[in-house]
Amino acid sequence: MTQINVRVDGESYTDDVEPRTLLVHYLREQLGKVGTVVGCDTSNCGACTVHLDGQAVKSCTVLAVQADGSQVTTIEGVAEEGIGGALHPVQRAFHEMHGLQCGFCTPGMIMASIDLLKENPDPSETEVREGIEGNLCRCTGYQNIVKAVQHAAAEMRGQAPGDPDASPAAVDTAAAEHVVAQS
Amino acid sequence: MIPAAFAYSRPTTVEEALQAIADGGDDVKVLAGGQSLIPVMRLRLAAPEVVVDLTRVEGLRGVREEGDQLVVGAMTTHADVLTDPLLAQYAQLLVQATETVADRQVRRRGTFGGALAHADPAGDLPAVALALDAEFVIAGPAGRRTVPASEFFVDYLTTALEEGELLVEIRLPKLAAADGWGVRYEKFTRVAQAWSIVAVAAAVRREGGRITEARIGLTNMGPTPLRASATEAALVGVDVSLETVTAAAAQAAEGTSPSNDLNAQADYRQHLAQVLTRRALAAAAGL
Ligand SMILES: Cc1cc2nc3c(=O)[nH]c(=O)nc-3n(C[C@H](O)[C@H](O)[C@H](O)COP(=O)(O)OP(=O)(O)OC[C@H]3O[C@@H](n4cnc5c(N)ncnc54)[C@H](O)[C@@H]3O)c2cc1C
Ligand code: FES
Ligand code: FES
Repeated sequence: MTQINVRVDGESYTDDVEPRTLLVHYLREQLGKVGTVVGCDTSNCGACTVHLDGQAVKSCTVLAVQADGSQVTTIEGVAEEGIGGALHPVQRAFHEMHGLQCGFCTPGMIMASIDLLKENPDPSETEVREGIEGNLCRCTGYQNIVKAVQHAAAEMRGQAPGDPDASPAAVDTAAAEHVVAQS
Repeated sequence: MIPAAFAYSRPTTVEEALQAIADGGDDVKVLAGGQSLIPVMRLRLAAPEVVVDLTRVEGLRGVREEGDQLVVGAMTTHADVLTDPLLAQYAQLLVQATETVADRQVRRRGTFGGALAHADPAGDLPAVALALDAEFVIAGPAGRRTVPASEFFVDYLTTALEEGELLVEIRLPKLAAADGWGVRYEKFTRVAQAWSIVAVAAAVRREGGRITEARIGLTNMGPTPLRASATEAALVGVDVSLETVTAAAAQAAEGTSPSNDLNAQADYRQHLAQVLTRRALAAAAGL
């Protein structure tokens, strides 16, 4: 066992971990921060994305011992403190723009998007797609995720998201013409 | 899955790191960015007894200028490469290739040295190092030695690094646009987050409407990165034109023996090498 000191979502922790413990398992199993999820065994899906000293990383591909002395922010730490605290603009935008279906990819998508917006506050559609290329979504087809990120970007720049395009893509399958015609 | 148990050491100097490797016995692995090693350990394809973590070793990270060379520390991350002003000025080929590596999260941890030491045939940076005739500075128990890129990549996932040795820095020549150099990394993949099926790293020097020098590295055209030597030779002294570049690119696959795998057959890879070489040369030559 190796002792580590970390700050996670604003709280300090001192813990003993096995060197082989992955950061994501430390967060979930020792700290109970189950907002961060594991979606693959190959470092591809990005569902486990957290910020380590302010930078997005895949927490399944960092050892907990490597976070010693560092600050970690998870999806549980981005909203304002306290019950009823305001959601982060990116969280709110995913909600408003229907940027999720099953929601499994969402914590990682949001953490990667926050990181992207810090670097590029006004990304084009292509830049959003490239910025979240390390995060896989098996449900949405990404359309509304991209819109959500651009919507949040506008809000964070202090502009009302006035873009007429900034509404969820109209893909309500149940009401799609061919479905309606069949019924 | 999680890795098999191992003993962990976190040295802070190169000397301590070499000592930790020497003390670690037969089954030691060096951990750089961990973006190749940790996945492999999670899948239990590797289960080292000792892991020596380089992330806190002083002086292995960053880029400096030494005469007509740039010296890149092995622990310089891909993200560092993308924001370094010296590399932006003199090593655009490396910057362009690094932009295509993995995704933003992986680029934050993965390192230039780790990607070279790993020597994956589909990795993007070995072909760049080879095209640039980079020099690899290796530290070992007996001191330091320098190995040219042409001798560093030995075979599939195998380099000139011996047991007990560390890659500490990589020396690159300065290729400045002001001296007539143009560069392009041209990568072919099926989806955004993917390793190269084939890629081409090209640097072309022009003077008075003619090509005076061309350097071309091929990614994933064999177990190691390769130079497209026939194409390079065919370009020296020719006029800068689409015709000359296209004719030379037709020889890009000469002498290569790429693999057949689920991404592509060997003959398709050879076709891609020609097409991508033409595109890379045209862009590098400003056509
Ligand atoms: C999802 C994903 C996608 C990726 N896509 C790409 C891609 O498109 N193109 C690409 O090129 N790469 C890609 N990579 C790999 C990435 O570039 C890695 O960063 C790189 O291969 C390994 O670098 P690392 O610093 O993480 O090394 P590690 O994983 O820490 O180490 C890799 C190997 O090199 C050895 N090693 C590392 N540093 C040294 C040193 N200084 N001296 C001696 N030995 C050393 C280690 O012991 C280990 O065997 C991808 C990785 C992931 C997870
Ligand atoms: S769990 Fe899939 S990348 Fe970390
Ligand atoms: S919403 Fe289900 S994986 Fe993205």
